[in-house]
Amino acid sequence: MTIEHLKIPVLFNQLESALQEAIAERQVVDPIVIGIHTGGVWVAEKMHQWLNIAEPLAVLDISFYRDDFSQIGVNPKVQQSKLPLTVEGRDIILIDDVFYTGRTIRAALNEIFDYGRPNQVILGVLIERDGRQVPIRPDCVGAEVNLAAGQRIKLTGPEPLDIDIQTVTKGA
Amino acid sequence: MVAIENLQLNAQGKLQHFLSIEGLQQELLTEILDTAESFAGITAQHVKKVPLLRGKTIVNLFFENSTRTRATFELAATRLSADILSMNIATSATSKGESLLDTIRNLEAMQVDMFVVRHALSGAAHFIAQHTAPHISVINAGDGQHEHPTQAMLDMFTIRRVKQQFIGLRVAIVGDILHSRVARSQIHALNILGAEEVRVIAPKTLLPVDVESFGVSVYHDLAAGLKNVDVIIMLRLQKERMSSALLPSESEYFKCFGLSADKLNIANKDAIVMHPGPINRGVEIESAVADGPQSVILQQVSNGIAVRMAVMSMAMQSHAGAQ
Repeated sequence: MTIEHLKIPVLFNQLESALQEAIAERQVVDPIVIGIHTGGVWVAEKMHQWLNIAEPLAVLDISFYRDDFSQIGVNPKVQQSKLPLTVEGRDIILIDDVFYTGRTIRAALNEIFDYGRPNQVILGVLIERDGRQVPIRPDCVGAEVNLAAGQRIKLTGPEPLDIDIQTVTKGA
Repeated sequence: MVAIENLQLNAQGKLQHFLSIEGLQQELLTEILDTAESFAGITAQHVKKVPLLRGKTIVNLFFENSTRTRATFELAATRLSADILSMNIATSATSKGESLLDTIRNLEAMQVDMFVVRHALSGAAHFIAQHTAPHISVINAGDGQHEHPTQAMLDMFTIRRVKQQFIGLRVAIVGDILHSRVARSQIHALNILGAEEVRVIAPKTLLPVDVESFGVSVYHDLAAGLKNVDVIIMLRLQKERMSSALLPSESEYFKCFGLSADKLNIANKDAIVMHPGPINRGVEIESAVADGPQSVILQQVSNGIAVRMAVMSMAMQSHAGAQ
């Protein structure tokens, strides 16, 4: 899909359909929906509501689990992750806004497993872009896009939710 | 001599060493408290650690004994996934005649990343920070009568958690102000963070001569000093100072400056009681108060881990991108 055709309501509908399908196929029971701070939480709120999940929405801030601390340090305003006391044996629907290198999801999985060993994890993202660097990929997506060199994509929000495409020039 | 505040911050204004509260800006102290708040949540995890400082080596250099402080630094480092080496200085090379700098140089050669230093001499941590390699951070875990900045920050963290903010707060610090590095750090921190009033309550023999210059109100009468107070910080009275400080006896001290339930009633109803520990029951504080509903003494101990995690990670963060 081209960037110009990305429309938030369409992406949400497609992600929800894909998640419904995955939930049925993988026989998901009483799942926990976890949104990755910040954009992932906005998407997760919508999915949590649409999928009619009983368990309160959980929030993950992966700042302490990033693999680039020695390059960039840690975000000074880390939000506390809010997960149920145990995720042991639970089915999890992990939601993020944009899937890029896969490193954020790697960090998120590491953090979730520090709370316990889940039964299974389904990864849903609103937009999957090219540039994967580790062998992780989403199960459910709203759309897949290829970006030109130097382009970045970001969800802005929470009200209204929008897609921001930035072009980073060298030396900027 | 390099000013401590300059030595503590790197070129980008980030905390590289944590040697003293004095001279730091409110924004930086608030950043420490906010970061500690994030780390406090880690205790809710099944695995109570994060991989932030994996591969880093932290050395506890305790030239003075302190079981509690050393334990919380060790736990904080462990929860950040760092490797920690606690040096027993009493049996180490310095007692065999090796100079402090040679000890430091040898540890540096073992590729360590941080020193946590406790020393009986004021300025020891500062001295080590001046003489270590630039990639190494130094955290002051108490130096002489100078400062104990992480203890003060865990006290500030505890106060903020209960009282939400420092604006409008009246805080009384009671006891041996003269010898207390904790009190010095607390006074600086409370003033920087905007407390309404910091009072010190002590006999004249336990107060520095220029105590007013610290920005405090001075009381020699406990009952008068506790009026309208929101936070009461009791300090440990070191029994060996009883005679040198011209104090008649423990029981006399308790009668005049010990916190009993009756005295606590003079303060505001929702006042909290703090103590850096270890407490001398019946000397500084009555057991009923130390264990009572207004006491946050054990919370201080728990909070010490999160605050030290914050300080350690912020100091290591100052080297980010330097490789």
